[in-house]
Amino acid sequence: MGSKWRWVLFGLGFALVVALVSPFASSDPDGLERVANDQGFIERETSGWASKLPFASVFSGYALRGLAEPGVAKAMAGVAGTLVVFGVAWGTGVALRRRRPERPGSPR
Amino acid sequence: MPAWTLTVSTDSGQFSKGLLCSDPRAPQSALFWRLTTAKQVLVRLLSPVLAMHIPDGFLSLPVCAAMGLLAFVMLAIALKQVERTLTDRLVPLMGVSAAFIFAAQMINFPLPLGGTSGHLLGGTLAAILLGPWAGSLAVMVVFIVQALLFQDGGITALGANLFNMAFVGTFLGYYVYRAVRSLLGDQGWFAMATATGVASWLSVVTASAIAALQLAFSGTANLNLVLPAMMGVHALIGVGEAVLTVGVVSFLWRTRPDLLFDPPSPEKSTAPIGGTLDGQ
Repeated sequence: MGSKWRWVLFGLGFALVVALVSPFASSDPDGLERVANDQGFIERETSGWASKLPFASVFSGYALRGLAEPGVAKAMAGVAGTLVVFGVAWGTGVALRRRRPERPGSPR
Repeated sequence: MPAWTLTVSTDSGQFSKGLLCSDPRAPQSALFWRLTTAKQVLVRLLSPVLAMHIPDGFLSLPVCAAMGLLAFVMLAIALKQVERTLTDRLVPLMGVSAAFIFAAQMINFPLPLGGTSGHLLGGTLAAILLGPWAGSLAVMVVFIVQALLFQDGGITALGANLFNMAFVGTFLGYYVYRAVRSLLGDQGWFAMATATGVASWLSVVTASAIAALQLAFSGTANLNLVLPAMMGVHALIGVGEAVLTVGVVSFLWRTRPDLLFDPPSPEKSTAPIGGTLDGQ
């Protein structure tokens, strides 16, 4: 059992480390933003419906609200997001797996 | 000051001589770019980052609706397919892959374009680990969480983003990977790495071309300008995608080859690819 789950812990741990170093990533505009800037349609961006969702009171973009240091806020948002994505994706898998009755002869 | 400016020649509408040429408008656009970059950095401290993630406001209602419908159908089919075929082993791998791709998407790497960055999209990586259906489902989770929780990618543009990055990214990437790998004899690290690199590069560039088409159909941008510009930038981002994807898949190939959807299996080379998943 222990070794069966070791890679899961390792994988999730690695993802969390990646999220923790995210404040050191480049903050330059990315591909689409660059093109939108160059071609003058960046100002069409609207703040969008997501800012009206309750999550917007917890996260401001990739920053956990309430933390003064932007780097720490981003790292914490990254850790929270990684755990949420992990849980939702795993949970989706578990739910879908349970919905299928076991068929002993089925190839996979 | 950016050494190179991304320019598009106005006469032919073609992407002009790669990314290194100097344009007569370069000084002006460099100044414009420097000012916008400074503004962007300030704005960015408080606002969400885009990726190839299209924000709200860029796409017209018909494009949003059509892409939303397409993404909804795709999600429904993916749920059905995964429910039918998911093995116990793939369940935790869905969680780990999605978590890693989410985290990796926060790591923007600089591009040699003067103040431009890119990051992993991960569609091809997910498909190589999970197969195209479970892979697309895993990256859909990533994009949905990004849009709802982190305001990254618009809610109205979510359908388009899912189609571009979670469908094109995974399926095109996966089948190009399969085709190239079997062309090169299927076995061995070289065949796998080449296939992975080609597939991940192509999936990013294709997704960017489709995003450009959506922007043009929406009346946001001129197709003759936006298509070469998007494909040009993403041809570079795709190199980063390829390097990262080959790196991760190679690491697993050497340490845990059983975690790959199509593992190296010399003695079972006649078995259908993907058919040896329960053998552990």
